[in-house]
Formats: sequence, structure tokens, C-alpha cells
Amino acid sequence: MTRRLDVLVCSGAACVSSHSAKVREALTQEISRQGLGDEVRLVETGCMGPCELGPVLLVYPDGAFYIRVQPGDAAEIVEEHFLKGRPVQRLLWEDPEARRIAEKRKLVPFFEKQSKIVLANCGMIDPENIEEYIAANGYEALGVAITEKTSEQLIQTIIDSGLRGRGGAGFSTGLKWGFVAREESPTKYVVCNGDEGDPGAFMDRSLLEGDPHSIIEGMAIAAYATGAAKGYIYVRAEYPLAIKRLRTAIEQARHEGLLGERILETGFSFDLEVRIGAGAFVCGEETALIASLEGQRGTPLPRPPYPSTVGVFGKPTLINNVETWANIRHIILHGAEWFRSVGTDKSPGTKVFALSGNVCNTGLVEVPMGTTLRELVFDIGGGIPGGKGFKAVQTGGPSGGCIPAEHLDTPIDYESLKALGTIMGSGGVIVMDEDTCMVNIAKFFLDFSCDESCGKCIPCRIGTRQMKGILERITEGQGRPDDVGKLRELASVLKATSLCGLGQAAPNPVLSTLEHFADEYDAHIVDHRCPAKVCKPLIRYGIDKSQCRSCDVCRKACPVEAISGTPGGGPYVVDDEVCIRCGSCADVCPFGAIHVAAGAEVSVAVPGNGAI
Amino acid sequence: MKLEDLRKIRERASKDLNLRKGDARVHVVIGMGTSGIAAGARDVMAAFLDEIGKRNLADTLVTQTGERGLASSEPVVEVRIGGQPTVVYGEMTADKARRVVVDHVVNGNPVSEYVIEVRD
Ligand SMILES: Cc1cc2nc3c(=O)[nH]c(=O)nc-3n(C[C@H](O)[C@H](O)[C@H](O)COP(=O)(O)O)c2cc1C
Ligand code: SF4
Repeated sequence: MTRRLDVLVCSGAACVSSHSAKVREALTQEISRQGLGDEVRLVETGCMGPCELGPVLLVYPDGAFYIRVQPGDAAEIVEEHFLKGRPVQRLLWEDPEARRIAEKRKLVPFFEKQSKIVLANCGMIDPENIEEYIAANGYEALGVAITEKTSEQLIQTIIDSGLRGRGGAGFSTGLKWGFVAREESPTKYVVCNGDEGDPGAFMDRSLLEGDPHSIIEGMAIAAYATGAAKGYIYVRAEYPLAIKRLRTAIEQARHEGLLGERILETGFSFDLEVRIGAGAFVCGEETALIASLEGQRGTPLPRPPYPSTVGVFGKPTLINNVETWANIRHIILHGAEWFRSVGTDKSPGTKVFALSGNVCNTGLVEVPMGTTLRELVFDIGGGIPGGKGFKAVQTGGPSGGCIPAEHLDTPIDYESLKALGTIMGSGGVIVMDEDTCMVNIAKFFLDFSCDESCGKCIPCRIGTRQMKGILERITEGQGRPDDVGKLRELASVLKATSLCGLGQAAPNPVLSTLEHFADEYDAHIVDHRCPAKVCKPLIRYGIDKSQCRSCDVCRKACPVEAISGTPGGGPYVVDDEVCIRCGSCADVCPFGAIHVAAGAEVSVAVPGNGAI
Repeated sequence: MKLEDLRKIRERASKDLNLRKGDARVHVVIGMGTSGIAAGARDVMAAFLDEIGKRNLADTLVTQTGERGLASSEPVVEVRIGGQPTVVYGEMTADKARRVVVDHVVNGNPVSEYVIEVRD
């Protein structure tokens, strides 16, 4: 009997945590109850992208895209859609703007502006089934490479393609391959950097989970091109699903003769091992990663020597990022010219981003380089939820910076982002709405870098702590007039003298917010105000006398008894000394009488729109 | 395994992915509304799937649709091939379905006795 429906159930980590497994079980039961077991197949795939809509289902061949499916919906979906051919409208993706039901995946705006190369298989094939990967042209690039191409040809193709490292720095991948190939050493290694430590980033995890064979294939091609026989995939322990799928994929590839001795019966042998990291941000730095992989403490070393000359166990080592590896097979299959036709002149190809923060469609997206930030945030991301205004977008995590609204039309490529004081980074994009305090954001990232500093060199170990301390006192209303000057001075020392990229880039979130949001620093330091009303020591809760009806609800809600008054007897009052700024009172007041002021000096009695 | 063997696996396995590509040559659309099902559309669907499977017709997609206002002719089945007009068959049975696969889908000759409508 021929199958007539493939039902793809997203098993990316986000959907798994929203209980996609229960939905799958319920569907399985209903399918067998309706006797459709032979006609309909459930396939578990990697992340499909729109993570906050999970659990999601994609039904082929008709392309119906179901969101937020609950186990209780299974009976209706199976009977109405799988049996009778009528998709269940209430569960189909609804475009928030046009309020129309988009039945086909290609009609959904989230997907419309994307062009999937690296993610093409994610959410499309079963990552635990090597045959599905092979069917999607998998291992063809490796086969062609090792039977028809020389090392020089392959490296030249990668150079010509203009592919740049997706791990952050954007160095030419082809040149790096060439450096390793040139080394005269009988032992060389290839390494996949799957550490992915930036807060808010989950591109690499999704790739490893959703299409593990594409990483294996890319690494095997590079091993052939550079003369390595062994490779390591370094993944953090927080990614158990990625580790499991990688191990399954490696096992299957060995079984098919695509890894191991004499691959595809040629003279080329290559094998892979997964190494698990403990999840320190600094271990994403290549020299620290290599140390950790060797079983030593993960701290960076001065470069040069670069890993291409002295790497794993002292041998020449090629290290690339997960997404870099995932591009390789496509370039070998379709050629450098094809790759250059996507993206921009200096930054060819696509980039995968993890959209998060105050944006309607959070999730995983892949766009051609050169797409503007506006397209990313507003067209694909669907804009800011709750009718709020846009304030900034943060790229590059703790090594990057914030971009304000006036630069939203900047094309996304390595150089343009650098010119704005941020970096491409590995692809985390955090969208911030008008209620975000930029000084607080800078403090958040500095706090992260300070925590993650390995402590090996003084500028980073002490400098990040000092910068963090200054930011802390600014957000507590204790800022001093020369604090901005001190921050700048420390920043330049850290940049110039830190041993590794962690310390060198740690000041970026501060510098970029100083550049684009200097007035917020002034408001905190000079006026003791937090304009976004985020920094607790600066804001004040107050009750508007004309709106308060003395109902007593707020007094009961306050956990610290900071509110006084008697029911029916005149307006209530907040004691600022006692108040812990938890906001419980404002949440419960039925009359909207409780207002937050950005600072102490400003009166709270502005009815209607609150204090300013 | 050699490169040729890999390609053989691919040829076999890619049939498994055909449903997800959506570029089939032949579309068979079966009316699965309540009256269609009451008139035996499930058996007709099963016969199509079985016959297509037996003959390994990887380029043929079977889908369903709801009621189309042809209640008196149920089960109703549409066959669309490439750029040709759509042929609608009525009062289908499992046996008729098998014949449509052989004559129409494989050999390109619509089975005129069962045809109730031809649309461009
Ligand atoms: C503090 C720090 C953290 C890093 N974290 C990562 C990471 O998580 N993943 C990654 O691929 N590269 C990371 N890098 C960059 C790597 O050192 C290295 O440049 C990269 O793996 C090279 O691969 P690519 O050329 O394919 O980008 C980090 C660098 C620094 C300084
Ligand atoms: S810059 Fe920071 S993380 Fe890097 S080596 Fe120095 S102390 Fe360690």
C-alpha cells in the first residue's frame, strides 16, 4: 500500500518541551483507530523554526501547517483532515496581521522571505534515519569529492565560494582549509565547534538536532581535503538531544561505510567522535575548546600559533563552526558560483538566526546575507507584540552590541554590522521593545562576561568586574559624574590587552549602548531616573489620589505591607521606604490608579497616562 | 558500499520523500466527504493506494477532498495528469479504481465509461 500522507512532527527541543511527544502519541492512537496506519506516516523531524507556536505539525503533500496542537486535538485532525481531507481550520497558522488562514507553508510570511539552504532538511527529514538524508541528496557531495576531486580543487571551490566562518569572526573558510592542508604532518584533525554559548542562541543546536548528517558530511569532505583522518564534534552537555542524534548519525554512517576505513571503497578513511563540554562560554574560543577537548582545563592560549599549525594534541587542526560545516556539501554539489549568487558580494550565502526577545515570531530563521534588520524583525519576526514600540536589536551576544531604530535598514553582513559597533556573532538576535532599559541590558551582558571570564588574564578578570560594578551603581542610582569616562577607559584597556576574544569583546555591549543611547546613561547618572522604568532602585510606585477608590485590594496584595489605608476611607498611600518595587499592587488595582514613576523627583499625579 | 550503491539507496529512498516534494506528475483526488465515505470512498482510496503501490508509481500522489456537490455520483474521483484536462470519475468502486490506475494513470487513456465530467 502506498502512503498518501506524511505528517511531520517537530521534535526540536522547543517543541519537545511543549510536549510534542504527547501529541505524537495521541495522533498515533487516532491514526490506528481510524485504520489509517498504512496510509499515513508520522515522521519526527528537527526544528521547523517557529518555536513559540509549538507543538507544530506539517502535513504533506498538502502543506497544512498546524500550530499549538494539543493531544486532545488529535481525534479531530485525524478524522477531519487525514480521513476526510478537510484541514482543521482553527489550528492552522493564522497570520497575525492579515488575519487570514494560511494553509500552505509557502504562504506563511514567516517562511516567505526566508531561503533555506542550511536548514532545508531541518523539519523536513527524520534526523535519525540516514536513508531520508541520503534521499535528500545526502553524502553525494562526499562521494563526488573523494572519487572525482583533488584536495586542491575542493579547497579552491571553498575559497571561490567566499564562504566565511559562521562562528562569529567571519574568516574565509577556504583559506583556513588551505592553511591546514599545507602543513606537513602525518596526523591532523578536523573539529566542529558546537559550543554555542551566547545567551539566546540556538541555531547550532537546531542544526545538530535536525540534520546531524550534514555536519558529518561537511567534516568528512574537509578531512579529505586537508589530510585529516580523525575528527571531533565538541558539543555542550546542555544539548543532550543533539548529542544523542549525532551519536546515532555517526553509528549509521559507519554502518553504511560513509565513515570509518576506506569510505565508499576508496583509499580515504575518516572517523568521528563526539566530545562533550561542560558548558563554559570561553570553551567556544578555539584554543580553549581544544584544551577542553584534550581533557585539560578549558582556558585560552595566545595565538599564534593558530590551531591550523598547533591544535588538538599539538597537531594541525581545522576548526569550524556547526553552520559553516553545514554549508560545505551544498557548495560542493552546486558550485562556488551558485553560492555567490546568494547573499552579498563580500558575505555570500545565507545566515541562520535565532530570533528571540520582544518579537511576535520567535524562532529559527534563515535569510540571505544582505537582508535588512527591518525585514528580519518586522516581516519575518512579525514585529513587536502588545502594540509596543521598537527600541533596539542586539546581535552578537555578549561580544556584540545594540542597534537602534534609525539603523533598521542596514543590510545584515559582517562589515555593515561591524560599522554599527556590533558583530554578526553566531546568529543570536534579541529584539527589545520600548520598555527595555539599555543600561540594564549592558549590565546584563557585562555580568555574563564577568561570570564567564576564565580568569587567566588580569584585564579581563578584573576589568569586567570593575565595569560591572560601575554599571551596577549606575542602575542603583549611585552613578557618579565620571562613570561614563571610566567605563570608556576600562573598555579600551580590555580591548587592547585581554588575551582572548571574550575579554577583548566584553566591553562592546557597553560601548554600543553608550554610542546609541547616551541619554539613558545621563538620565540614570544625572537625574537618577530610569526612563524605561526598569531599574528598581530608581523607580517609584505611587497611587493617584483622583483614581483610588480605597478598595483595599492593593494593600492585601502587597507582600511587604508597604501600602496603608482603610476601605472606603480616602486614597491609599505607598510607603517608599518599605516598597520593594515588585509591582504586585499595579497588577491587581481594578482602577488603574497605581502608577510607576521613572525617578524620585517627578510627581506621580498625572492621571491617565501615568507619571513621566 | 561504493558511490553507485549510495546512488541506488538514494533512488529507492527518495520515493519515500516524494510526498514532501509536491511535484508529482499525476494527482488522484478522492472525494472523502460524509456521503462519499458512506458510498464507499474508503475502499476506493484503499484500492488506488494498493494498486499504485504494487506498480511502484512514485510520481503519483493520492489526496482527498471534501464534499463537492456531486452526491448522486459518489464516490467521486478526479485524475489530473500534467497539463491535460482534469478527468472526473463517478460512482467508483475498488475494481473501477484498479482499472483507472492501469488504463489512465499508467497508459494515459481515460476510462470513458466512468467519466462524468472533463474540466480544463
Ligand atoms: C569567547 C569566545 C566564544 C566563542 N564561542 C564560539 C561558539 O560557541 N561557537 C563557534 O563556532 N565559535 C565560537 N567562537 C569562535 C571560535 O574561536 C572560532 O573562531 C570558530 O569556531 C571558527 O569557526 P568558523 O571559522 O567556522 O567560524 C568563540 C570565540 C570566542 C572568543
Ligand atoms: S580574556 Fe578573559 S576569558 Fe580570555 S583568557 Fe583572559 S581571562 Fe580568560
